[in-house]
Amino acid sequence: IRGLRSQLKDSVPVAGLCPQGAYGVQDSLRSGFTSVKNELLPSHPLELSEKNFQLNQDKMNFSTLRNIQGLHAPLKLQMEYRAARQIQRLPFLPSSNLALDTLRGSDECIGFEDVLCDPGQSEVMGEPHMMVEYKLGLL
Amino acid sequence: MLHSLNPHQQQNGGFSFENSRRNAVLESSLLEGAYKTPNPRKTGTTIAGMVYKDGVVLGADTRATDDMVVADKNCMKIHYIAPKIYCCGAGVAADAEMATQMMASNVELHMLNTGRPPLVAMVTRQLKQMLFRYQGHMGSSVIVGGVDVTGAHLYSVYPHGSYDKLPFLTMGSGAAAAVSVFEDRFKPNMELEEAKQLVRDAIAAGIFCDLGSGSNVDLCVITEAGVQFLRGYDKPTAKGQREGQYRYKPGTTAVLTKTETPLSLDVVDESVQLMDTE
Repeated sequence: IRGLRSQLKDSVPVAGLCPQGAYGVQDSLRSGFTSVKNELLPSHPLELSEKNFQLNQDKMNFSTLRNIQGLHAPLKLQMEYRAARQIQRLPFLPSSNLALDTLRGSDECIGFEDVLCDPGQSEVMGEPHMMVEYKLGLL
Repeated sequence: MLHSLNPHQQQNGGFSFENSRRNAVLESSLLEGAYKTPNPRKTGTTIAGMVYKDGVVLGADTRATDDMVVADKNCMKIHYIAPKIYCCGAGVAADAEMATQMMASNVELHMLNTGRPPLVAMVTRQLKQMLFRYQGHMGSSVIVGGVDVTGAHLYSVYPHGSYDKLPFLTMGSGAAAAVSVFEDRFKPNMELEEAKQLVRDAIAAGIFCDLGSGSNVDLCVITEAGVQFLRGYDKPTAKGQREGQYRYKPGTTAVLTKTETPLSLDVVDESVQLMDTE
């Protein structure tokens, strides 16, 4: 069950307006240097293209498939993708996404997303209650 | 540091741009121009490759520079990708190293998946797709050479993702010096010794004529039969041996005449200054 709220475009938290620190002051130790421009605009030319890379690849592949084999081929594949994307653990736990990887073919490739910044080894964990509420759209 | 992102969503692997945000803030506000991000270490390089009668000869120099200082006098620029495909890397040292290692892993997975030895064209395609994805921010230019079932091939890939397929190629800061040697003496279907000598001469031209390249010449000969990695094939910058003694023995020059003129000097003033040694 996924609420509509979690599928809306995410609102960007602007640090200057409502600081999260203990005394209402910006917490530099935990949230780092912040500036309003940095929160709204990407600070590196590749930031947006990397965030959307998988999405764009999929779109391109589906569009090519539709042109070559007709509408039914990408529709059927997208149905399988949707089913595979639902096989996941709770939001704050790492999921292997094995079915999704096999469908995409990324179980036979290795890229920087496997080597760098492994979410299984990150130092902070998401807040379990907030993440589940966000996923269910109750937040 | 992760709170600037949406805290409700799962983090993905891959590149994290946290530090570029921090760097942008540091550069703009805090130190008012006094702070500059340090430069990545580049390998000012000469790398070259050519196709000869039985396969491919790849060559590289061995100097890694850090702006104007030599960071490594004997680094290895010829990387392994597959049993009969090797790769020379120029540009930013770390980027070239990581790119070639990623390629080697991908090629291994592909080989296990298809059960066939890899094609040089496959390696080039994956490399150029990866470099294009990062729009030139991954600053590594690469020469891929090897032998596969279709024959011997040589490709060069530039940091932005374009590639060339030619019988002889040079890359790096010493490319101009090396390619001049190739343009002068290259012929199709050369013999092994002639080809090795030509690549060695091209790299030596880069070593002597380019400040960013130096030290030794490494060669890698790839044929249908296998690979011969000649590390330190030639050391053109090694210090020479002194052949003889260059000091003259006393008495070498004959004395013809001798005149002595005594100078009469009187003692004018005598003063003693004690040194304070306690």
